[in-house]
Amino acid sequence: MNSVANTIQAVPLNHYILLSAIIFSIGVMGVLLRRNAIVIFMSVELMLNSVNLLLTAFSVYRGDAAGQVFVFFIMALAAAEVAVGLAIIVMIYRNTNSIDINVLNRLKW
Amino acid sequence: MSTFYFIAFLSIFFSILVISAKNPVHSILYLILTFFTFTIHYILMNAQFLAIVNFIVYMGAILVLFLYTLMLINLNKESEPVKPFMVKLAAVFGAGILMVALVSSLKSLGASAPVVLTNPNLGLVKNLGKVLFNEFLLPFEVSSVLLLSAMVGAVLLATKDSKEPKATI
Repeated sequence: MNSVANTIQAVPLNHYILLSAIIFSIGVMGVLLRRNAIVIFMSVELMLNSVNLLLTAFSVYRGDAAGQVFVFFIMALAAAEVAVGLAIIVMIYRNTNSIDINVLNRLKW
Repeated sequence: MSTFYFIAFLSIFFSILVISAKNPVHSILYLILTFFTFTIHYILMNAQFLAIVNFIVYMGAILVLFLYTLMLINLNKESEPVKPFMVKLAAVFGAGILMVALVSSLKSLGASAPVVLTNPNLGLVKNLGKVLFNEFLLPFEVSSVLLLSAMVGAVLLATKDSKEPKATI
């Protein structure tokens, strides 16, 4: 594993921040661009994951294990969030027969 | 070093494909590939525990849940709803402005120190378990309550409709 760890030695921290910022912006773009509720949900997952990557990079940079434990908690939270969110989407589909979020623009039916 | 840039390019490429694919099933499959590149990022940083958890929880559990829900919701008949062109342009413009703001604020930082792994067993299960069960014991227990409430909530939400007709009948 040492040889694998040595390969990152020359990557500056700024490039990790840059990668996370770009993927976070792509997630924001997906939320704004799409009307399918599941794809919007997937874009939110993309944003969560970019933050996870950045937290891990900072944790390795500082040599502090608390950042990686925090990422573990975020993953547990994301699992709970996905279960509830997909249940809500299934319920919306049963009520409106579509998962187009424009149907929900008045939030009543 | 060049491994990181190659994997980073793949991450950005697949995440763009996630939001631009017309078919939602293709979108989910590209999201699986994106998460796989994230797992490789974790391995490159020697965060082995997070790599395994990302592999099992995200690619194994969450995305299967997405696929299952998408198969449950039958989208074959109706076509994918499309936003008008001006709204799409505004969305791309807004997210592009956000990206430019983040990147330009990053530029003002100047050169940064490289990410060097000072402690080689930082991300191993042994080390993280010690930290998790000493300093973060209370949040760990609270997260179990969160998972239980999420499970109860999901079951309650998903079975609501089947109960109501029984009550009326």
